[in-house]
Order: sequence, then C-alpha cells, then structure tokens
Amino acid sequence: MKVELSINGETRTAEVEPRKTLLDCLRDDFGLTGSHVGCEHGVCGACTVLLDGEPARSCLIFAVQADGYDITTIEGIAPAPGELSVIQDAFCEMHGMQCGYCTPGMVLTATALLRDNPQPTRQDIVEAISGNICRCTGYGQIVEAIALAAERLALANAPKNVPKAGTR
Amino acid sequence: MSTAPRHLRYVSTNRRVREDRRFVAGKGQFAADVKAANMLHVALVPSPHPAARIVAIDTKAALALPGVHYVLGGDELAGATDQLMNGLDTPQVRRFPLAVNQTRYVGEWVAAIVADTRAIAEDAAELVEVTYEPLPFVIDPEEALKADAPTVHPPHGSNVLLDRTFVWGDVERDFADSPKHLSFRVVWGRSSTVPVETFGITAAWDPWRELLDVWASIQMPKYADQIARALRLPANAVRVHQDIDVGGSYGVKRGIKHTVLCGYLSRRLGRPVRLIEDRLENMRAGDAHGPDRIFDVSLAFNDDGVIRSMKMRALDNAGAYAGRAPFQLGKPIGAIVGPYKIQSVEYRAQSVTTNKAVQEAVRGFGQSPTNYAIESAIDKVAAALNLYRVEVRRRNFIRKEEFPYLIPSGTRYDSGDYHTVVAKVLDHVEFKGLQAERDKIRQSGQLAGIGVAACLEPSGGNSSFEPLLNPKNTTSTWMESCRIHVDALGDIVTTVNTTSSGQGHETLVATVIGEILEIDPDKIRVVRPDSLESMPSNSPVGSRMAIMLGGAAFHAAQKLKQKLVAIAAHQFGAREDSVVYSNGGAATAQGDRRLSWLDLVTIAHRNWHLLPPGFEPGLETNHVYQVPTGGMLPTPDGRVQMYPCHSFEFHVVLLAIDPELGAPKIKRYVIGHDCGTVINPHIVKGMTLGGIAHGIGAALFEEFVYDDQGQMITQTFMDYLLPSSLEVPEVEIVHHCTPSPFTVLGQKGSGESGYLGAPAAISSAVNDALAPLGISVAKLPIRIAALGDAIAAARERASLRAAL
Repeated sequence: MKVELSINGETRTAEVEPRKTLLDCLRDDFGLTGSHVGCEHGVCGACTVLLDGEPARSCLIFAVQADGYDITTIEGIAPAPGELSVIQDAFCEMHGMQCGYCTPGMVLTATALLRDNPQPTRQDIVEAISGNICRCTGYGQIVEAIALAAERLALANAPKNVPKAGTR
Repeated sequence: MSTAPRHLRYVSTNRRVREDRRFVAGKGQFAADVKAANMLHVALVPSPHPAARIVAIDTKAALALPGVHYVLGGDELAGATDQLMNGLDTPQVRRFPLAVNQTRYVGEWVAAIVADTRAIAEDAAELVEVTYEPLPFVIDPEEALKADAPTVHPPHGSNVLLDRTFVWGDVERDFADSPKHLSFRVVWGRSSTVPVETFGITAAWDPWRELLDVWASIQMPKYADQIARALRLPANAVRVHQDIDVGGSYGVKRGIKHTVLCGYLSRRLGRPVRLIEDRLENMRAGDAHGPDRIFDVSLAFNDDGVIRSMKMRALDNAGAYAGRAPFQLGKPIGAIVGPYKIQSVEYRAQSVTTNKAVQEAVRGFGQSPTNYAIESAIDKVAAALNLYRVEVRRRNFIRKEEFPYLIPSGTRYDSGDYHTVVAKVLDHVEFKGLQAERDKIRQSGQLAGIGVAACLEPSGGNSSFEPLLNPKNTTSTWMESCRIHVDALGDIVTTVNTTSSGQGHETLVATVIGEILEIDPDKIRVVRPDSLESMPSNSPVGSRMAIMLGGAAFHAAQKLKQKLVAIAAHQFGAREDSVVYSNGGAATAQGDRRLSWLDLVTIAHRNWHLLPPGFEPGLETNHVYQVPTGGMLPTPDGRVQMYPCHSFEFHVVLLAIDPELGAPKIKRYVIGHDCGTVINPHIVKGMTLGGIAHGIGAALFEEFVYDDQGQMITQTFMDYLLPSSLEVPEVEIVHHCTPSPFTVLGQKGSGESGYLGAPAAISSAVNDALAPLGISVAKLPIRIAALGDAIAAARERASLRAAL
C-alpha cells in the first residue's frame, strides 16, 4: 500500500507491504541507510529515529503506522553537507564511537535529550542512552561527548535547530 | 643523512579520529548499505535438532512461492565446492556452509532460499519441509570425552580435535620441592563479542570478466584466499572490496561459510546474491561463539607466596566444527605465566567437538579466559597464606630490569614495569580508603568486595600458534603492508590493505606518515584498495595494527623521505648524509640552499634530467613489514615466540552485592594501563573502556546457554544480555608508558585491553564480597540468580548453625 511520510522535512511516498517496518522502508525505499539494523526486536537502538522529536525504534513500527508523524533520521541532523551539528561535532571531538554502527542512534538520542534537558547530569545522560547498545566504547566517551555538546550549546546561545516534541 | 632533533608532533597527541566524521552523519558504508543491481536475497532453513540425519528436503511449496528463485541444499553445494579450511590437521571433520546429510547443532543451516526480497525468502524458508531422523547428541565437553559418547563426526573417530600436553621446565621437580600446593577448577562460560551489526555479504559473479566481487562485513586474514579455495577459483578471480565499514567485530567477523554460500549462488544464478544475517541467525548459527572452557589448575608455591610451578589443563568445548577454537587454546601459550616469574609449566590443551554452535576468534583469542584462570590462582595463593592479594602479585612479578624476559614456553616479553603501574594505581585509588569504603558498605548490610587483576595483552598478532599446533603448517610470517604515493601536485595518498571495524586505521597510518614526513596528517588521503590491488595484509587481528600497520607506514615513510633526500643531495652536489630534512623539504647542512616539498616532487615527477642516476621517476614507496621477533618455527619441545609485544594492565574494582537479589553493582573501577607509546590517545582510551565493558558482560551477563535438549535458550538480546550504559561504571584510567624496544615508535597493542583483565577482576571482587559467608564462585558469567541462591543458601546454613 502507499505511504506518505514526512522525513527530514520533506514529504516522500512509497509503495510498501503493510508488514514492512519503518526501518526497512527508510533504508530500502528512501535510501536513508544511516538508520541501522541491529537486533530487529527493539533492544539495541541502532535503528533509532525521532518521531515528532521523540526517539523511537524504527524496527518496531511499520512504515504504514508512521504516516502523519514528523520523522527525523540521522540524515536530517547535519545542518548542511559536510557541516556537523554541535552534537555531531562533540562526538568527533571526544571520539564517542569506534565502528560507527550505533552512532546515528546515539546522536539522535542525544539530540532529543539536549533539547529537553539542556543541562543534563552524568546520570541523566547515562539514562537517556541506556536504550542504545554500543559494543565498542563502553559508553565513556559517548557520555563525555554529550556533556561537551551540552556545554557548547549552552555557550553558543544559538536557536535549537531540532524538531520539537508534540508538534504533530 | 642527519635530521634535526625532533619531538613527536602528531603521535601521542589528542588529534581527532578522521573516520568519525562520516559515522556521526550516518554516512558510513556498511555491508548492508551496498546495493547491487538485480540483487537477490538469501534466507536460511535452520536445523531444529542438535543432531539429526537429513532424510529428505521437500522444496516444492517453497519454490512455488512467487519471487522465489532457488532452494539450495547441502548435497549440491558440497558437490560443487571444497570443504572449508580446518586450521588443524583434521581432514575428517568436514565442514560446508550447508549441512551435508546430517545436522550437528541447533540452527545449523540446512538449506538456503534465494528470492527477490529477504521477506519472501523468509516466507519460503518456512515452507521447506525437511524430514529429520534425530540422532544422539552431546553438549557437555567432559561427556564428549567419554568413550561411549556420541561422536559429532563419526569418520574422525572421536570428539577430540586436539589433546596436547606441553611441559616447559622441570615441573615435577618444582612441585616436589615446593612446600605448598593447591588445586582448583574454574569455568569460563560461552559468550562472544556480539557486534551490533550482524554479518553481511553481497557476492556478484561476472561471467564475462570471470570475477567474483565481494562486499562483506569482514575482519579476516587470508579471506580472499579461503573463498577462492573453497569455490575452486583462482585467488585473482576474487575481488574483495575493503572500503566497507565493519559495524564491530572484535574478532568474530569471519564469514567464510556465508561468503562461499553466496559466491556459489551468484555463479549458479548469474545474479548478485546477498545474505544479511538477522539477529537470530547471527546468535545461533553465525558460527561466532567464543571460548567455552574448563580449567583445572594446580600450583606449587613457597611459604612466602612465590609461585614455582603451574599445571594447567584447559578443556575447550569447540562446538560442532573445528573453527578457530583449538587455536584459541594455543595463543595463550605466549603468555601462559602472565606477568609472573613462574619457572615451569605443564599445559594440557584439549579441544573437543560437541553439538553446540561453532566458535570463531574472539577478542584476545583465548587469552582472557586464561588470564581469569591465572588470576584466580594468585587470589587463592593469597587466601591460602593469608597474604594481601596485591602483595602476592608483587612478589611474583617480573621486575623491570629483567626484560626482555624469556618465559618457559619460549616467548621473550619485550618490556614492562609492573611494580610501578601497580604502585601508581594503588596511589590513585588510595587503597586504604577503598578498603574503608568496602567495609562501610558491608556495615550497611550489603555484601562488598574489592577485586584485583594483573595481566598481559600479547600484541602484534603473529600466527605462531598455527605451526605450534599443526606441524603441517609452516607459517613464520604474518606481514602487514603500506604504500605511499605522492602525486604530481605533491598530495599524498596512502593505503590500508584491509577492512577496519572501528580501530581507526586511517587515523593511525596518516598520523605515523605525517610524523615521519613532518607533514600535517590531515592532508594525507588514506584509501583502501580492493584485495586485487592490495599489498599483503593479515587484517587487524591479535592487537596488531598499531605495531604492524604502524611499522609498515613508518618504514614506507622513511623510504620516501630517503628518496627526497637523495634527490635533494643530487641537486646540491652534496652527500646524502649531509642533507637536513625538515617539514617536507631538504636543505644543505649550512642551510644556504633549500628545496621545498613541491620542488622535490616536481623533480621526481617531471624532471628526469635532474634525478640521480638510476632513479625511477614518480614518487612512490612501499613496505611489507614482518612481525618483529617473528620468523622462527616452534622447537620440537613446543617452545615458540608467540607475539612480539606485551601490554600490561592492572585492574581494581569495588563492587557491592544486594544480598537479597544477588545483584552486583560496580561502585568503582580503576585500570592502570601500559601499552607503550600511544599513537592516538582517543583510540586507545576507547578500546580500553570498551574492553572493560565487554569484560563486564563476560563476567556478569553474557552466555550462550544450551539446555539439556541441546537447544540454545539465549538467542535474542532479551536473554543474551549486553551491558548497557547503566551497567558500565565510569572507569578511571591510570596511564603509564614503557616503550617496546621491538617496535618503531615503542608502541604496543591495545585492541584487547580491558577485556583481558576485567572478568578476572570482577570475579575477584565478587569472591572478596562472598568471603565472609564462606562461599565463592568459580564460573563465569556470575549470574544474578545463581549468586542470589548461593548467598541465600549460605545464610540459611549460618542461621541453622547459630540455632544449634
């Protein structure tokens, strides 16, 4: 059946089977391969996208259910080609990754966290990313990256260029 | 040639890791991101039995499903391919990607469906009707050793893949001469590295070019060779694309059977064929489990805690096929005494087949289980003599001035300063304060313990364990390579001749070349040629790339610098050794004449008339680097130089246990780490923290559990538990640097750091916490339920005694 999805601010349509997950649809039908397939049963968080600004597992939702939401994938985070968001840049600064497979999910989760909680404690960060499994880093540099991003965002006093929750 | 005195400009500085930019943008290129035109998809029919004869496979209904192209069974595949390589000389332990006549573990692939989409292939897999005749099976390795046990491979004659006893030194005399002895058993449960990305591969056969293109999520030495051999192709007909980002591996991403299957199907069907494991396929039949081991250890020691001799028997449950399991018993021989001066060792390595899934190389290649056994032994000596655990370690450590130090099994350790690292860590944690904190937790009604572990990370991956365990194997080099090309505009391109799975090799090679050529590493382009264009490589295994790729890049850069100096000397009419190279240019000793980088490049590329006689035009160098200290075959009595370098780590853990639930909580985690010269501090830090997290998993959470019916009962992330950010504490790292004398910059390996000591340290902490109850645990992982039950039983016994 036909779906019409709002992805990274653009409306896109595809013909999908009703059983197709949003994750497979993003990857196969729209070429948005930054969302990754990890466990396909909602534990690892590698497939995280933002639905109306809230982190969600795109492996646990069908594409047809996503109709009507504002979907943000990792491809929608960088402000311009070759240019990183403050959070993405902080992940690079602290090396908050190794293989890069969980990274898009982590960046999206961090983006939502810092929008809602601009001054998170270490424990806030740890809890926010606890649904995203990273097998490489032991999380230390990811936590540091998010803390650094919070600090820089606070100093920048810039408008928050991220989708707001509850705008549906 | 003389060079101006030079500090390290780029090496050991906190430079960014260049790979990270693409990953934060979701622009990595992973195996599942590859799309070939007209690609078909594979799903697999798994065996529901641990052992069964395949009586018949009915594919009619599956083939009738629209979109299904083919159903492949084991007979056809075995007839058209050669069996997958065994590392050992066990020709009757035959292994093909699909089961042939018989299945040997639950989940083993029985048939492969090829369809237009993965979803259709999965639908069709459910329509394949396989008739099985269940056979007797064996899961337990000690059962598998018995004479009447079912044999997993009847033509092999028994379940024993390897049973070899090494004796290094006069073990019996040392045991007889020692006043004290103890014996114990510890068990390392089967876990693995379980990357978040499963294994994936796309194979495309081009009949007109006679070329098999492969895009795969691999970390595998000699991968193309093994594919070619099994598919009966010349190796130059297999082109592996190495510019694929691998979504985590830590050893396991080998995928030979997956690739042979897809390679065959692509040739058979004339279309690209892709297999991306789903999580279930990955967990039960990805052939990527880790060591599964019983250790029986005896020690002979003096009254002062000095250990004289050790007998270790390691019985490993290899699973259904040989895989890399037996060799994972061999590699730890290179550090069989850990950081200790144990004079003599008897080591019996036994590997048996059972009806469990197959093992693959896992981070440390068997060293972490061995370290757990050795460290358990040290704790037991301390307990037996009522000495401090750290003190017993100090008394047995090799001293700084004794390096290079030859251990009984033939490896010469490069360097280390174990006493200093331990002193720095104890100072950092304020050990007395830590003990007070533990006692305070105990007074609050919880159990609490401090764990310690000291261990080595052998690094610089050689393959000496292969000739050691298989005399037909005469491998004595395990080289790595680097090529540097400077184009006519003076821009540098260099190569990494393998895939990476997060280790930052592009950053590594650019940093080293930038250091030598005194050029900003960010200006160097790093490419990954495909396997046909590549120089020899053995991939990033065995904590080797800082040493091996770093070594190859260093020498290639030195050769390039030498060329530039020679060109300059020719222009100056001066001797090469009088020319001063700096910042990419070269000057006379007096400094009156200088040629810039671009001047020298221009001469090399355009001015034949200015080149020294006999010079090749253009500007390119390459280097193939042999493993330092490598090159010798084992002696007949089983001594061999295993890896060249030995990083050291010392762990201190404070852990509390809720006595009602049995739930352990890590309160503090400190590691002292010495891996010589660090090339990129961010990368080494990440590997160490990640290794500790992985070690916490192996110690407390992760296990592939089989029930008595041979079924694997932890096959999703709901029951195979990976540590999340809530389970991994903030880790404090205490740095120390003892350069290796055997490497180009003094660097050692760090890819397995943290993981090699964390399980031992956590076990030590749990046992310290349990000691007041008079109980201990001797099996990893230490599961909450088992811990809770043991604590409850101990308390019940105590209250019964009190009541009497």
